[in-house]
Amino acid sequence: MTELLSGNDLCLFRGDRCLFKSINFALNPGELLLIEGPNGSGKTSLLRGIAGLLDFEHGDIMWNEQRSSFNQQGFRGDVVWLSHKIGFKADLNLVENLRLEASLRETYEDRLPAVLQRLDLLALTELPVRALSAGQQRRIALARMLLAKARIWMMDEPFTNLDKAGQALVADLLAEHLDHGGACIVASHQPLDIDGRTRRISLS
Amino acid sequence: MTEPDHISPGLARGFCAVIRRDIVLAWKRPGDVVNPLFFFAMVSSLFPLAIGPGADELALTGPGVVWVAALLAALLSLNSLFLSDFEDGSLDQLLLSPQPLPLLALGKALAHWLISGLPLVVVSPLVAISFQMPAQTINVMLITLTFGTLSLSLLGSIGAALTVGLHRGAALLSLLILPLAMPILIFGARTVALAAADDAVSAGIYFLAAYCMLALTFAPFATAAALRISNE
Repeated sequence: MTELLSGNDLCLFRGDRCLFKSINFALNPGELLLIEGPNGSGKTSLLRGIAGLLDFEHGDIMWNEQRSSFNQQGFRGDVVWLSHKIGFKADLNLVENLRLEASLRETYEDRLPAVLQRLDLLALTELPVRALSAGQQRRIALARMLLAKARIWMMDEPFTNLDKAGQALVADLLAEHLDHGGACIVASHQPLDIDGRTRRISLS
Repeated sequence: MTEPDHISPGLARGFCAVIRRDIVLAWKRPGDVVNPLFFFAMVSSLFPLAIGPGADELALTGPGVVWVAALLAALLSLNSLFLSDFEDGSLDQLLLSPQPLPLLALGKALAHWLISGLPLVVVSPLVAISFQMPAQTINVMLITLTFGTLSLSLLGSIGAALTVGLHRGAALLSLLILPLAMPILIFGARTVALAAADDAVSAGIYFLAAYCMLALTFAPFATAAALRISNE
């Protein structure tokens, strides 16, 4: 099976400080890449670099056997991103926010009711996002991942602010996504293992 | 899972969705729209009080005052163009969407014009009447202000994109934008002054229209590049 995504000899400086160098990884469909490391070790920067939000000092991200920068539009269509900022407008409700999402990227719009049911959000669709608790906001951010027709999920600290049930839900969703042939890259300081399909990068 | 075919939703759909979202957001927070308008009306109505109510003085200062007030009001509202998107993470989502970023940046700038520039143009005749401008001059002022505010929104989006990651970027934004805005101010105010003096105005209007087209063509690309740099 060909690799879905790989990184070769990635290196990043922040000012004069070398955050990391010689990072290599390869990710097949059905696998999860866990980026581990203490606070400030560059987990988020590595994730942002892989997504194309910032440039590495050197090193390439290969997607479908070509550089991700060669076919940015295709690459971005295949990636969906979740960070500690959920990326929804606080004054709009969930449905209005997801409507913009559907205009920006390909989504499974017909799956919306099932996704809301799964994330236990049916009662919250009419409320503006600002009225939701931090944990609920994390849940609605998951709706974007589930609706997007993207194979690669990139998540920065997906377990923040979630209760036990929420954390279990995220782990379940990740496992399901892998089962369906998707791939995930997760930056987290929490341990996460999905039955042997996890690759790891440790930053120090 | 089959490999998704990467035909994103149509370009027009993404473009319109960005404009519509910003207008809906402005509708839900009318304060952001009203503030620059209030500033514009206040500044331009304070000038006659300070300078004197004589008809000659008003006719002389009117075009310049209206244009300076419009320019400052536009600068005032520009700072927030990408700020809320940056703070809530929507900007990352826009940058990572398969839609071309210049198109989305153009959408943002046009939405900004519809929210802040167009209302200003609509309100300006009221201010002009307080300066005793004749109807013909008001028409010219409306045309020049339309082109001028549109150019300001487009050029301003470059500056707003460059300063979005900085705290207190408002002063820097003004510094960046003012040199580019000078031709608009000079030609806009002088054209209205020429109209008031019953002189030929077409050259000034053509210049403003050309400047506006130039901004429309290049600003979205510059804004997109600036957003990628400042969001690193």
